[in-house]
Amino acid sequence: MVKRPNTRKIVAKSYLYLILFLMYLPILVLIVFSFTKSVELGVWTGFSLQLYKDLFANDSLMKAIGNTVLIAFVSAVVSTLLGTMGAVGTFYARRRYKKAVETATQLPVVNAEIVMALSLAVLFKSLNLSYTFWTLLIGHVVLTVAFVYLNVKPKLVQMDASIYEAALDLGATPWYALFKVVLPEILPGIFSGFLLSITLSLDDFVITQYLKEPSFETISTYIQKIVVKHPIPPEVRALSTILFLVVLGAVIAITVYNNKKATKVATMRRK
Amino acid sequence: MKFKRKYLSFPYVLFLICFIIIPVFFIIYYAFTNKGGAFTFDNLLKFFSDSTNVNVLLISFVYAILNTVICLLIGYPLAMILANKNYNRSSVMVMLFVMPMWINFIIRTSATRDVLNWIGISTGANSGLTTMIGLVYNYLPFVILPLYSTMLKMDKSQIEASADLGANRFVTFFKVIIPMTMPGIVSAATMVFMPTLSSYVISDILSEYNVVLFGSYIDLYFNQADWNFGSLMALIMLLLIGISVFISRKFSKDETGGRTSLW
Amino acid sequence: MEKNDVILELINVNKSFDGSIVVENLNLSVQKGEFVTFLGPSGCGKTTTLRMIAGLEMPDSGQILLNGMDIAQLPPHKRPLNTVFQRYALFPHLDVYDNIAFGLKLKKVSYQTTNKQGNVITKTRKYTKDEIDAKVKKALKIVDLESFECRNVTTLSGGQQQRVAIARAIVNEPEILLLDEPLGALDLKMRKEMQLELKEMHKKLGITFIYVTHDQEEALTMSDRIVVIEDGVIQQIGTPLDIYNEPANAFVADFIGESNIYVGTMIGPQKVRFLGTTWDCVDDFEINEKVDVVVRPEDIIIHSPNEGKVKAKIVNKIFKGIHYQFTAMVGNNEVLIQSTVDHPVGQDISLTIEPDLIQIMKREYTANIYEDAYINKNNEVVFAGASWACDVTQLVEGATLDEKGYFITPNGKKYDLDDIDVIATIDMKDIEISDNLEEGNITGQIIQMVWKGDHYQLIIRTEDEEDFIVDTEWTWNESDTVSISIDSSKIKLKLKADLSKYEI
Repeated sequence: MVKRPNTRKIVAKSYLYLILFLMYLPILVLIVFSFTKSVELGVWTGFSLQLYKDLFANDSLMKAIGNTVLIAFVSAVVSTLLGTMGAVGTFYARRRYKKAVETATQLPVVNAEIVMALSLAVLFKSLNLSYTFWTLLIGHVVLTVAFVYLNVKPKLVQMDASIYEAALDLGATPWYALFKVVLPEILPGIFSGFLLSITLSLDDFVITQYLKEPSFETISTYIQKIVVKHPIPPEVRALSTILFLVVLGAVIAITVYNNKKATKVATMRRK
Repeated sequence: MKFKRKYLSFPYVLFLICFIIIPVFFIIYYAFTNKGGAFTFDNLLKFFSDSTNVNVLLISFVYAILNTVICLLIGYPLAMILANKNYNRSSVMVMLFVMPMWINFIIRTSATRDVLNWIGISTGANSGLTTMIGLVYNYLPFVILPLYSTMLKMDKSQIEASADLGANRFVTFFKVIIPMTMPGIVSAATMVFMPTLSSYVISDILSEYNVVLFGSYIDLYFNQADWNFGSLMALIMLLLIGISVFISRKFSKDETGGRTSLW
Repeated sequence: MEKNDVILELINVNKSFDGSIVVENLNLSVQKGEFVTFLGPSGCGKTTTLRMIAGLEMPDSGQILLNGMDIAQLPPHKRPLNTVFQRYALFPHLDVYDNIAFGLKLKKVSYQTTNKQGNVITKTRKYTKDEIDAKVKKALKIVDLESFECRNVTTLSGGQQQRVAIARAIVNEPEILLLDEPLGALDLKMRKEMQLELKEMHKKLGITFIYVTHDQEEALTMSDRIVVIEDGVIQQIGTPLDIYNEPANAFVADFIGESNIYVGTMIGPQKVRFLGTTWDCVDDFEINEKVDVVVRPEDIIIHSPNEGKVKAKIVNKIFKGIHYQFTAMVGNNEVLIQSTVDHPVGQDISLTIEPDLIQIMKREYTANIYEDAYINKNNEVVFAGASWACDVTQLVEGATLDEKGYFITPNGKKYDLDDIDVIATIDMKDIEISDNLEEGNITGQIIQMVWKGDHYQLIIRTEDEEDFIVDTEWTWNESDTVSISIDSSKIKLKLKADLSKYEI
């Protein structure tokens, strides 16, 4: 093979790193200035962990973080259950039913968040329901459930369709067959659906803003309320650093897991 | 009753009907009734007779188109480099480009604003520019993923065939590579265009409310408790989404774009 | 064999999917220890029948008796039968050992014990680990995979996966082992090997095998009895030898082995005319009855031009390893001949056939007859889901139609034919088919095609499950969709009842 001119490689790599740098710039600035005491962004007044102390002292922000995790986790669990059952049940249904469910599943995927939020708000208003944790939970499940379905479905398609029947044939009850034979096959899809649910829910602002109880704040709504009029509060810089590290940790864990899976030796030893 | 596997899907289907399908009908109902609940076309007429409304929609279109084009212009070469084995072999690099998406959206967007202000680009004075930067910054990852995955699937021998048949690099790029990656381009464009139109937080924060996109506008009416007119605009939004989905389906078979393959 | 040897009995079993009949009124009994094969082309209902026995489909009506007990509506996990699936259906997340042990871990065995009161009672328990271990090891030994216990099933070759699938089924000691085209995914060499092994296993285990295949050679080599199924209906049940030598109808003759099928006419006791000559045969039918004649290629003897019964000319030759296969022409009829003696293409020859090697069968179809046809108000005849232009004046000799379309008989009476019931008959050669779907009155799919020496006989099925039998000289493909048209003068009509009710 002809060796490509080195300059092209340099140009390509520089472009790659330039864009990467620009994309991370705002976060990096927050991270750097999280280690100083200055209230104003961009002013370095010496190394300090004061903002981290402030962060943990800020009760309402800590409460918002707790709420964010709570709603993300609960909605992801509900979505994973609903979406997985939906995908499995629909997979074994007749073609026309399947098509109808699949079309309906596309709706929340392509729909704008604001339209979904509004339509639910209109529904709840018409039913004279006041906003509570439950309305917010419904909103987050609406946002995420279709993605669980769409993550589980390909695993079902890849699966040998007759293993369920084979299990019945060998004496398993339908439930036993579903749990012991079908479930292990689609578990990776369920897991990635769950993770996607969590990330979508953690990041959500629009649906949360519309459907939450007024006193209930998540990270997004708490910060949004401040930043529409003011710069980012100093202790949120500290929060950003922590969030960045958590995400980085998750990415590294997933990469390591994927690499391990890819290089796993085909033969497994028993006992 | 005998157990059928289909029954497992009933809770999901019930949920879809109650909280996804029925709410759409509520929107339709509100859009064509007045505050008293009587049937009317007034909301529709009001929307198209007031130039402010139509202007907001047009401006949103301009921003959405610009954002789509800029994201594609930046993202396409980027995806090509990422998918080219001579320049990049690890999927970790791709992960790095996607990772910002997982840091809280509000923090990301307000950090962009604060940094822009810090380096001297005032969001109050350059609201158009800063809104654009915020939009591109937010949507670029959505473009990179679908483009990257179509380029990975691309058959290298066709590019070699094109070179073998005497095409130079430019001809190969425009006549072979671009058409072959069209499904990726279309799905990337749909993932940027409609969300931009319906976004509102980004422009609110980055333009200090100087730029009003269609999403913000709908939000405005709902906040003023004009549910009927707000519903009509939400319905228009839904219609536009329907049209864009229809158009993108014509070009690409990939139904979910890159959004489900984030993990 | 005695009646109490019957292990499985299917009585009037019917099954349809979305309105189309897949299995129709199926009756069958299987003896204990037998190797029975369901043979037929794909989509004939053989797999559905097997799945109904396994419990994976429930029949719409009819009984399935296992040792005299009706199990038709019993779920699969309650039936003492096990299946080897088409593509093995191994559980990918379990290794070889756990795949085979899957059924054993679920199984309950009954045992007798004495309770505190001293009474003997029957209890059930699960197999112990050691029992399972012993059984799995034994099954692995039977399928020759002794050292494979810990292997991941996804790393096995097709043949090995097949063996695991068999072991997984037989380890449960089922009363009947059901095999659904188990060798279909293997290459030819592997398939031949497995055929012998399966046969061997059947002998050793002594359990009843029900085997489904579309491969006639496989069926002939392995089975004790073959059930030939076509279009959801059993065509013939018999030993491989019976089926080959005495096919019950043209379909079976065509499907099993190579055969020459002709339309013949009985012209006397044990005399049949086909290929332009009268032949002696051993079957008796009514004189002048049209019959199907089947002759196997290896049963035709080649002679020099004047020694045989009928003159022929060789037009094609293929060497098949141990014999030559010739195509000869007798007039317009093709004759397939197998011989170990070589003859050059173009040679004039003559042929003889031994009387007992000429198979004569009642013709299944002599014409298309629609008993439930009726005339509509446009004086068209309606049958098979379409309306057809026809000549209604044939209903009464000398009748005419007036300008308004009323029917005038020679004695001057006037009738409105609308809704009158008739029987419509169309000869098989009078139906025109076309691949231009706009051309005909109705479209259908070719579901069967049999070569009859100088023409093909097709069965075309419409969406409403109406069949047209068509003789044509043209080659079509099975499952082609075609349109059907009939010349109005070729539709023969007969009144079903007296006309008088329709007089006006």
